[in-house]
Amino acid sequence: MSAPWQKDGYEAVIGLEIHVQLATNSKMFCSCANQFGDEPNTNVCMVCLAHPGAMPVANAEAIRQATRVGVALGCRIPETSEFSRKQYFYPDSPKAYQISQYDQPMCAEGLFRVPGEGGFDVRLTRAHLEEDAAKMIHAGGEGGRISGSAGSIVDFNRVGTPLLEIVSEPDIRSPEDARRFLTLLRATVVAIGASDCDMEKGSLRADANVSIRPIGSTEYGTKTELKNMNSFRFLERGIEAELERQLEVVLGGGTIEQETLHFDPVAGTLSSLRSKEQAHDYRYFPEPDLLPVHQTEAGLVELGSDLPELPAARFDRLVAAGLTEPTALALAVDADLASYLDAVATATGDLKTSANWTMGEFSAHLNGAGLSADQSPVTPERLAALIALVVDGTINQTAAKEVFGVLVKDSQAVASGVVADRNLAQVGGDDALGEIIDAVLAAHPEEVEAFKGGREQVIGFLVGQCMKQSGGRADAKALQGLLRARLSS
Amino acid sequence: MANVDVIGLTAERAAAMLRAGECSSEELAGAYLERIETFDPALHAYLHVDPEHTLAAARAQDQGGNVGLAGVPIAYKDLLSTKGVPTTAGSKILEGFIPLEDADVVARGNAAGLVSLGKTNLDEFAMGSSTEHSAYGPTRNPWDQTRVPGGSSGGSAAVVAAGLAPWSLGTDTGGSIRQPAAFCGLVGLMPTYGTVSRFGVVAFACSLEQVGPMTLTVRDCALLQQVIAGGSERDATCVGLREPIVLPEPGRLDGVRFGVPWAELEDGVDPGIRERFDASLKLATELGAELVDVELPYARHGLAAYYVIAPAEASANLSRFDGVRYGLRVDGPDLRSMYEATRSAGFGPEVKRRIMIGTYALSAGYHDAYYVQAQRVRTLIRRDFDAAFLGVDAILLPTAPTTAFPMGARMDDPLAMYANDIFTLPVNLAGIPALSIPNGLVEGLPSGLQIIGAAHTENTLLRFGAAFEQAIGFDPVPPALRGGAA
Amino acid sequence: MSAERIELGPDEVRHVATLARLGLDDAEVERLAGELETILGHVATISALPIADVPPTAHSLDVAGALREDAAKPGVTREQALANAPDPSVDGFRVPPIGS
Repeated sequence: MSAPWQKDGYEAVIGLEIHVQLATNSKMFCSCANQFGDEPNTNVCMVCLAHPGAMPVANAEAIRQATRVGVALGCRIPETSEFSRKQYFYPDSPKAYQISQYDQPMCAEGLFRVPGEGGFDVRLTRAHLEEDAAKMIHAGGEGGRISGSAGSIVDFNRVGTPLLEIVSEPDIRSPEDARRFLTLLRATVVAIGASDCDMEKGSLRADANVSIRPIGSTEYGTKTELKNMNSFRFLERGIEAELERQLEVVLGGGTIEQETLHFDPVAGTLSSLRSKEQAHDYRYFPEPDLLPVHQTEAGLVELGSDLPELPAARFDRLVAAGLTEPTALALAVDADLASYLDAVATATGDLKTSANWTMGEFSAHLNGAGLSADQSPVTPERLAALIALVVDGTINQTAAKEVFGVLVKDSQAVASGVVADRNLAQVGGDDALGEIIDAVLAAHPEEVEAFKGGREQVIGFLVGQCMKQSGGRADAKALQGLLRARLSS
Repeated sequence: MANVDVIGLTAERAAAMLRAGECSSEELAGAYLERIETFDPALHAYLHVDPEHTLAAARAQDQGGNVGLAGVPIAYKDLLSTKGVPTTAGSKILEGFIPLEDADVVARGNAAGLVSLGKTNLDEFAMGSSTEHSAYGPTRNPWDQTRVPGGSSGGSAAVVAAGLAPWSLGTDTGGSIRQPAAFCGLVGLMPTYGTVSRFGVVAFACSLEQVGPMTLTVRDCALLQQVIAGGSERDATCVGLREPIVLPEPGRLDGVRFGVPWAELEDGVDPGIRERFDASLKLATELGAELVDVELPYARHGLAAYYVIAPAEASANLSRFDGVRYGLRVDGPDLRSMYEATRSAGFGPEVKRRIMIGTYALSAGYHDAYYVQAQRVRTLIRRDFDAAFLGVDAILLPTAPTTAFPMGARMDDPLAMYANDIFTLPVNLAGIPALSIPNGLVEGLPSGLQIIGAAHTENTLLRFGAAFEQAIGFDPVPPALRGGAA
Repeated sequence: MSAERIELGPDEVRHVATLARLGLDDAEVERLAGELETILGHVATISALPIADVPPTAHSLDVAGALREDAAKPGVTREQALANAPDPSVDGFRVPPIGS
């Protein structure tokens, strides 16, 4: 793991509770559309409004996706799972109970690996299906905060959206690790297509359970819960702030109260959330309107074999193939980019160069144009053709970048054609280069003297002059070598 | 306009008349509406009647040409959602509530061309055995108007017994079809759990209840069950029928083995009921059946288990009545006071009792000792029945331990009220079917014989019921009605 | 019917009433305490049964759950949704402030 958070003899104990909105067509227990952004109360029905006589019917696809996530995260999938009623009164819960899963969840214990040097494992406690709550618009208050509002208006569009709640054991030891864990978990869920995991839209939500304890202790301290952090950065900073706060309390001789906190990223402060009910007695019992879900051995095997390459495995593969860890990680969490790279590398036969181009020029182009890899006019085949010309020495880096620019603008352009049209072929060969070197050395005797006198870094200037002389087309590597040889002779 | 005599008219006969053109649906409905106007003010069996709406529906059926059951009138317990028509569940908290959709069983009735005469009275949220817990006033027993019709489907029973509908639908959670059927001299069926859709039925106890017919004859019962039974996409617990319902023909019972749980009859049964029950056993042997002693040792714990499980489920099912989206709201300065004031004003005392018991039984510290333990008892009751059915074709018991009691007699003693259901509620706990048929009179009041079967044996029960029915020869029309008076 | 002796103090009754969001006045608390003691006294007889190894029945049916195909279908209009609402706003359901 990254350096664990340890201060004044205390260490951090962090667990995450993650809610993922599954990307299904319809809600969890009724046929209303599972979509975002409709006018209030226009995506509702008798069931999600909890009218008398309404009954839930479970969404087969939500169950399938939840199972796939469980398999992808390394969880054991029990043969039978049950739905339960979790009872509490609040306007965002129209039945005054949420259909969730209590003692027989869809996914049981698992182990999630964050790979690489400084990698670590996080045990997962469980993952279970439940339905999302409605949205309350607090009239009179600002920014959706509850306090100070003059009543509220309830919008039931969101109620009933399928959620998968993933719970980790408190195995995380630093805010940075929490972010790394969540990043990789998110990438895994996105890779299998179960959710778009967009923290801003709310399809990925993360709460953190935070406590501290003396280093080396095996007991757990009192934990607090940080809720509603809607970006990875805020998650990390919020946990950091809470650890500092707890440390200050403990060092000051105080005790940690179990409470729910909100982190304000702008002010950098923590505040206690108004609790809904002091000690919740959810009075769980099995949902009588839904029968148990059965999984078969064969079904699970098929689901497992059907999964795409997962981020951790991709990371391992790319590192084994010689890429650096940061590059491998960036590719591991971006499935589109990774499969783009795979296609390019297959065509060029050179993973490293392909990775450099993909993570460099190509990624910059995607970011600038706001495109995804499969939307870019620079297909893997076109980029591979360009890379081939670089690798075989036809063009140098500078020229290659120019060619790339053309490939972006003109979807019909072919790399070799552009090189020919613009006469970008590298100036190479000892004779041609030798002529240029002679001219430059003759023009800059002081630098030659300086080099021979021991100031080797002046070679950079001379290389630059040669490149200028060649109109930017000289083979830089060969040039360097020849120049050095000439200067040393 | 031909004045159709609807007293004692079965739905089967009404359908035949309609098909033969002997009368129109409009005339038939009109005849019932006239009787409703005359007699229901005293009986108070209906909560909602809309004559114009009914007659328009009847006319539409006439235009369609009355085939099958089309044009036959029916009454629906006011626990079944009817689109555009008020549905109260017998509670103030749903006063004025208009459902957005029909319950599945109502939709099936509509598809069969049945014409609704109105919504019938019930104990509030189906919690009760006498219909005295209705927030809209009690219903009277047409056999003796000083007495209760039973409950919770008391209104549905009374309308059929009084000739205010040819047949009706009720719901049964612990006996709420069978016991009022017994009190009012009718046939009532509690179907196998999961054979009739509960979508649109205001929920009391989800794992125990079904919708079922309340009729004058066993054949009518089968006919109506054919209409309502079957799978539904909107009820995940409704898996449908294993075989279609067959209209029974009366006959003998040669070779049939009936189980009798003698130990369960040792106390708590009125002598008159016991006498009628013994008579039916004698009849059974005369018809060629054999009587076998069976033991249901855990059935006597059924009442305790039921009064944990049903209130527990109900406490959750009734939480949605919170004044936010529909129904009664009593305003308060904040959310919690609004919830408490609304629910306090909207629910009657029996409902509050059951919500409290259910909440308590599920709450931290008691959940295992009460709720989980009750579910264990339930397993044992099911096993008792399963074991018994290995050796017998059906089990016979009285439907209720007494005949209809006087109004008010049990209102001060909840446990005495609950005791009405000792023979019926083990059936719900086991999820198996049971048919109640009239078994003669005890001092002028109807008593019921209950025929209990293994899951999905409705056809067998109906056949047995038809055999008994023919042999007993009970007249389901209260004598007072025969004379043309009340 | 056998019975156990159950005692429910007013605090306990109030606690249960709060869980169920039932507003009870003092007279009701007292009345319900008595009624619940009687009823619970009877149902509590099952607590003593030596059946801990019997599996509890949650569902009468021995089948797996019927599932719904993941196809979106139109529900009800907003007008229909608000038709029964006790305190509708233009586009939603109004509720009083959450309070403490």
